[in-house]
Amino acid sequence: MNGPEIVFHIGSFPISETVRNTWIVMLALTLFSYFGTRNLQRVPSKLQIVVEGIVGAINNLVKQNMGEKYANFAPFIGTVFLMFMISNLMGLLGFRAPTADLNTTVAMALVTFVLIHTNGIRSKGIGGWVKGFLEPLPALLPLNIIGELATPVSLSFRLFGNIAGGSIIMMLLYQVLRWLSVSVFGLPFGLFQIGIPAVLHIYFDLFAGVLQAFIFIMLTMVFVASAE
Amino acid sequence: MEAISGKALVLACSAVGAGVAMIAGVGAGIGQGYAAGKGAEAVGRQPEAQADIIRTMLLGAAVAESTGIYGLVVALILLFANPLINLL
Repeated sequence: MNGPEIVFHIGSFPISETVRNTWIVMLALTLFSYFGTRNLQRVPSKLQIVVEGIVGAINNLVKQNMGEKYANFAPFIGTVFLMFMISNLMGLLGFRAPTADLNTTVAMALVTFVLIHTNGIRSKGIGGWVKGFLEPLPALLPLNIIGELATPVSLSFRLFGNIAGGSIIMMLLYQVLRWLSVSVFGLPFGLFQIGIPAVLHIYFDLFAGVLQAFIFIMLTMVFVASAE
Repeated sequence: MEAISGKALVLACSAVGAGVAMIAGVGAGIGQGYAAGKGAEAVGRQPEAQADIIRTMLLGAAVAESTGIYGLVVALILLFANPLINLL
């Protein structure tokens, strides 16, 4: 298990696997949005039903968890969810998932961190926001600051650890199956690599991937809404 | 017995440390099991609220998992991006 490889350079700027795969995700989502919303009809087509379902589900989720006041957060939350979900599912296509790189998850967790505190300042004012760090005792200020900084760390490490751990386990499984088929049974190629890993792919890529993306947006919503 | 080089000792101890770090998985396992048990109890009490209970349970389990994930991240750092080798 190595870090993301450098695939090519633009000028002297290295472009890693993570950036390339993130571009693929962006392209897929952009095309899906473009073709899904190109000609909206009163009687929806099949694709339009899918798009409407996604948008409606995310709108309802945001309203349930944050209240009507924060309904304008729905586009951001939905974008983060779709991006992370597609990123986590890229392991199924043989790509290295962009979220198996700590840079991606830390960047998104920092966006959440900034959102939490801008929202806190906007609703309480600078004075109230600073006073929030002095509760319940002024002596606990360092602990409060550490606790606030722990939020982006835990958010980013949770996503990264789950996806990276899953891809490491899958890689080890593929190597073991290859060794079994080539060295033990003397087959010319890794025959056992066909089919057997699919069961674990269902758990590590499908279930854990969708669940972790969902956890990320749920925690983002809860933290932002409770920053008042 | 030939002398052990400093680099080999650091690598060996890092491998042991990575294994020790993964003991953190015990706590995550206990926490997730507890969450799942309470979730099963709640579904038994109120079968009609099953969807909500499962969603809450998965959220709680994923949050409980983060301590185990911290251990995993430490182990991964020790194995694949060892910072101690450069100190020699």
